[in-house]
This record gives sequence, C-alpha cells and structure tokens, in this order.
Amino acid sequence: MTRIYVPRDTTALSLGADEVAAKLEQGCAERNLGVELVRNGSRGLFWLEPLLEVETDQGRIAYGPVAPEDIPALLDEGLLNGRPGHPLYRGPTEEIPYLKKQQRLTFARAGITDPVSLDDYIRHGGYVGLRKALAKIAQEIVDEVKTSGLRGRGGAAFPAGIKWQTVLDADARTPNSPYSKRKFIVCNADEGDSGTFADRLVMEADPFMLIEGMTIAGLAVGADTGFIYLRSEYPVAHQILNEAIARAEEVGYLGDNVLNSGKAFHLEVRLGAGAYICGEETSLLDSLEGKRGQVRVKPPLPALKGAFGQPTVVNNVLTLAAVPFILAEGGQAYADYGMGRSRGTLPFQLTGNIERGGVVELAFGITLRELLEDFGGGTASGRPMRAVQVGGPLGAYMPESQWDTPLDYEAFSEVGAVVGHGGIVVFDDTVDMLDQARFAMEFCAIESCGKCTPCRIGSTRGVEVIDRIRANEQRDDNLILLRDLCDTLEDGSLCAMGGMTPNPVRSALQYFPDDFYRDPTTASNTTREEA
Amino acid sequence: MHISAQDSSVGTDLPLDWIQAEVAALKVKPGPLLPILHSIRDRLGYIPEEAVPIIAEGLQITRAEVHGVISFYHDFNTAPIGRHRLQICRAEACQARGCRSLETHAKAKLGIDYHQTTADGEFTLEPVYCLGNCATGPSVRLDNDIHGRVTAKRLDALLGQAATVPLTLQPLAEEPES
Ligand SMILES: Cc1cc2nc3c(=O)[nH]c(=O)nc-3n(C[C@H](O)[C@H](O)[C@H](O)COP(=O)(O)O)c2cc1C
Ligand code: SF4
Ligand code: FES
Repeated sequence: MTRIYVPRDTTALSLGADEVAAKLEQGCAERNLGVELVRNGSRGLFWLEPLLEVETDQGRIAYGPVAPEDIPALLDEGLLNGRPGHPLYRGPTEEIPYLKKQQRLTFARAGITDPVSLDDYIRHGGYVGLRKALAKIAQEIVDEVKTSGLRGRGGAAFPAGIKWQTVLDADARTPNSPYSKRKFIVCNADEGDSGTFADRLVMEADPFMLIEGMTIAGLAVGADTGFIYLRSEYPVAHQILNEAIARAEEVGYLGDNVLNSGKAFHLEVRLGAGAYICGEETSLLDSLEGKRGQVRVKPPLPALKGAFGQPTVVNNVLTLAAVPFILAEGGQAYADYGMGRSRGTLPFQLTGNIERGGVVELAFGITLRELLEDFGGGTASGRPMRAVQVGGPLGAYMPESQWDTPLDYEAFSEVGAVVGHGGIVVFDDTVDMLDQARFAMEFCAIESCGKCTPCRIGSTRGVEVIDRIRANEQRDDNLILLRDLCDTLEDGSLCAMGGMTPNPVRSALQYFPDDFYRDPTTASNTTREEA
Repeated sequence: MHISAQDSSVGTDLPLDWIQAEVAALKVKPGPLLPILHSIRDRLGYIPEEAVPIIAEGLQITRAEVHGVISFYHDFNTAPIGRHRLQICRAEACQARGCRSLETHAKAKLGIDYHQTTADGEFTLEPVYCLGNCATGPSVRLDNDIHGRVTAKRLDALLGQAATVPLTLQPLAEEPES
C-alpha cells in the first residue's frame, strides 16, 4: 500500500488541502489503487501548499502546490510511483533547497509525522528528552537549559534557564490559598504578532514536542500542572493540541504518574478571547485567572507570583519546544548553533508580499537579505521590495540599507530594530508608509489594555495627527507633534504595547519621509481604509 | 469541516437552564470565567445579558466584574450575530497582500460595516488581527474555516456557498443595525 501525505495545518487547509485529500481518495478508489492517506503536519514550505508527498523507495517525493483538479492527471502520470514529468513534481522533499539549507532542530519532525500519532513521535526521536530528564534531579535539568544558552522566543529574549532557576528556588507556600505549595508552567501560545506562525506550526505539526517540553519544565521546577494559553484565532491548533493531549494521557505520558515516575503532570489548553495584549505575560496570567487581561506592575515577577499567585514559568511555545532537543542531545549541542549571545536556532517566518513564504529555521546570524532573496525569492507581486517589518507590529520598518544586518538580538537592537518572535513581513513599492504608521497607532488604540493614558489616549491622538499630516493641515507642526507623541508613549507606558508602538511609526518617518509629504489630492499607493 | 454552529437568532428562547448547568460544570476549574464565556459563545454566538447574573451567582462574583471581563475581550460580543461570522484579517502581512481592498469589497458586497449583521441575518462582519496564515494572505475566517489568498472573487464564492439565500450584489440595507 502506497503511503501518501496531505497536510492538515491551517495554511494547507486554507488553500484547499481537504478538497485535495477528498479528490485523491476518490481518484484512487476509481482506479482501484490502494493507498494509505496520512494527514501530516506541514513542512512549513507554505509557497508549495498543499504539498502532497508520496513515499517511495527513494524517499518521499513532493508535488505542489496541488489543486483538487490536478489530481486525476497526477494519478495518471504516475504519482504513486513518485514519477517525474508532471509540472508540479518537486523531486525528493528533503532535497528541495528551501528545506535542505535549513538547520532544523525545532522543526525537525514538522510535516514528516502525523501530528497526533504518538508512535510516529516516538519513532522520530520523541520523548528521549523526557526520559533523560526523569533520570536527573531538578537542578540538573535547569543546568542543562542554562548550558544551552536558550533565550525566550516570545520577544524579550530573557534566558530561559535563569527564569527556571528562579521558579525552582521559589517558596510556593501561600497561606490561605487553595493553590499553596503549587507551581505552574504556562505556555504562551498567544502568538499575536502579524507575520508569525511558528508557534502555530509547532502545535499543528508536532504537538507532542510542546507537551514533552512542558512536562520537562514541570519536572525542572516542581510544577504538576501546565496551561497552554492559546489564542482563539487558532481553531486548528486547538483541535490538534486537544487530540494530542488526550493520547498522551491515555498512555501515561501525562497524568498523575508520568511514565511511572511517581511525578504528576497535567496539561490543559485555555483559549484566549481575541486580545493582543494577552500575549504580554502578566496580562495573560490575569486572563487565565478569568479577569480582564490588564498588565500587572512588576515586581512581583511571575516567576515568584504568577498564575493564581503561585510561582510560574511563563514561556513561549518555541522556548518550550526547544527543550526536548536540549535534554536529548545536551545543552551544549544546542549552544553550538548561533552567534554571540544568541544561541541555537530561530524559525524565521517569511510573510506578506513574498514569493516563497514559510518557516525557515536557521542558526542566528544569517542576514535579512539572505532570507529575503535566497529563501524568499523576492516579492510575490514581482515589484521591488520597499520595506520589511521584523518582529511583529511593534517592530521597526527596515529600509533596504539595513537588510544586511545579521539576525541576532544584539545586532538588531543596534539599528533600532527587534528580532522579536522572528516574523518578517515584506512590502513592495506600492506600500504607503504613512498608512503603515497610522495602522500602528490604530492597532495600539484598539488593543491597549487601558491602564496607561499615553497608550490608551495617545494612540488615538496619533491616528488623528497622522490624518492631519496626510491632509496637509499644518503638516510641519503635526509632524513635530507626532514625534512628541512617540516620546510620550515610550516614556509613559507600563509595557511594550505603548512603549514600542513608536518603533514602526518613527522608522516610517525616518526612512520613508516622502510618504508623509504627499500631495493630499493624489491617491495614496494603496486603497485606504476609511476610518 | 464546515461548522456554523450558532443556533442563535433574535427572539429565540434562551437556554438559561443550560447556561446554569454549564456554569456549574465549569466552575470547578481554576479560573473558570473564560471557559464559561467561550462555551456560551460557541453555542449562542454571543453572550446574552441574561447570562450575566447566572454567571455572577455561580462564581460568587459581582455582575460588574462579569461585565468588565466580557467588555474587555473582542470575542465576547453581547448582541446576537448572523448565521455566519466572517472575519477579515486586517494585520500587516495581509495588508501587504491587499487586505485593505478586500475589506472595502466585503463591506460593499454585504452592505455593512464591521460589527454589523446583514439584514437577512446571514453574515456578521468582524475584523481580526492575524490568523497565523501570513505567508498566504490575504486571509479570512468564515466560522471555523480559515481561507488563504482570498481575492474579491474568491470571497464572493465563499459567501455564496455559505449563504442560505442567494446573495444580491447591492447593499442589503442602508442601516443594517441601529
Ligand atoms: C504587548 C506584548 C505582547 C506579547 N505577545 C506575546 C506573544 O504573543 N507570545 C509570546 O510568547 N510572548 C509575547 N510577549 C512576551 C511575553 O510578555 C513574555 O515575555 C514571554 O511570554 C516570556 O516567554 P519567553 O521568555 O519564553 O519568551 C508579549 C509582550 C508584550 C509586551
Ligand atoms: S502600555 Fe498600554 S497595553 Fe501596556 S500596560 Fe499600559 S495601557 Fe496597557
Ligand atoms: S497577518 Fe493576516 S493572517 Fe497573519
């Protein structure tokens, strides 16, 4: 029986993977061909989705992007034997340069396995890390993570091992609390940044890796319960995570007695409710507790007083997903990748107006231009690239003069940019950077938690001021006012929502000033959203 | 999967007993309020005012607290929605692929603005800020299905397939919601 893979991640589904799978089954039935259809995760080569793979003696052969109507011809031209010839034939999957040139540690299994098959996971090296962790004492696990140099992948890049140490050492006794003596692992799966989907792909393509990473974190700090705080915009991830958790519970990888170690670890997915600010860790914790997701003043650190007032590890999906590798191969094996103080790999996400969008996992240090050109292949529209926003909606817009910056936390911060969660959004020359600055302010106004006046009110003022600049009403005065507003936001905000909204605004002003001096009677580059 | 589960429409009797049972079942969880609200939204498509006192009493918190939480989150709309919820991604990566013109098209086609429902009760239009489908935008979510590379034509086709009554090209009403 020939095995055929059709992905089931959000992007493949959004491009018709279910219809492709249905057509394939129908076509095989009509031709009396015996096939086993596996719904794998995605390889993250989204430009090729739906990417159909067939298992042959020469390994897995790829065809893509496949539309349902391609299926009859593909079957007739020898799809099941992996035969070349059809225009969608891509050769052996692993030899596709986009994939071959990557350094996949976190995404090593993505797209290869059936995401909800525990057998598949274990066959491909899964749960080695947990078994090694079970043979260690808590401090040794934390030390391994410290050795790896792993820094938080959610944006702030704080060393994971140091955070874990704080939680391990924390006193969890809280008189009068029903949660006294307990600690928690909270996975931040709010992934709100536009231009990012690496967390989603982990959860949809390799959910057991996240489950394993969280279980190891539980052992490391003495926590018996974990929560995955998942944004509600990810229905597919929600379903796959719940399926995976149920399987792990069935066979004792989760539960009261993890692999008969006598240690408990329980895991539950909690849905967010459409609030960007709930990606900020203290806001997330309030939301998890059932409150308005407002940012808390630190201290106390969540590591000491986090979920339900108890010591809590809050880590991003990618941070926790890196842990099984670190335990399985050793912290040093992970630290061997990277540059400077940015150790290991980061899955970069090529998005927006890009010919070949997808996940590109590489060691830190590659330049933005290499990613955009060698991997991305330029814009999808074929027009010149003009601006690139890295690190989400609070990240700066980078002009071409900065594209040779190596992707490294420190190198980016030197040019006033952020790597953040690794999202890279490409715009071609039709972009109107005044529109983009305006959107940054608008987004801040919509998503502010409301605690700080500059963030709540200043952002709305920012939108008005930009509209006046566009209309050429006292343009020079309003440009000064806009810069002042940015300073006020930066200085008067409790968190990065207000504090970093100036990044996209200032960079648009600084590197794309022409867009702020257009004649208001001529149309802007893009169709404008009327407020 | 093509789920359009909401069994809500104005005038239907609210399943208050069910809400009460749901509160009782979920309140054992740590931090039960969001799971309760999600459960109600999944079934009804919105959070009815009548649910607030039931939740407040069940969780031993004030109605004001429940209101405060509901109003904080974009997901918890307090008015009934149409048979289908259409969300258009407005975030940067989709902007780079033309979502601004897609949203203009959708509003004109449906004759409504964001947070409004077509007069025939078919579609409610909402903005969304990223669906994690940023390499293949512009993206929309129709109920629980996410669609990528959505052109105006493709959107029309999706709406046509989902609609229970044929869509007209004209705006369906001047003031769909007061
Ligand atoms: C406005 C704002 C939004 C954030 N959104 C996210 C997010 O979506 N996902 C995430 O992991 N971290 C996000 N963070 C960072 C978290 O506050 C926190 O640093 C992170 O969860 C810690 O995990 P890490 O150390 O593994 O990165 C956000 C921070 C801010 C200020
Ligand atoms: S900066 Fe904005 S989002 Fe952050 S705490 Fe202040 S009001 Fe809330
Ligand atoms: S920006 Fe639209 S899906 Fe991410």
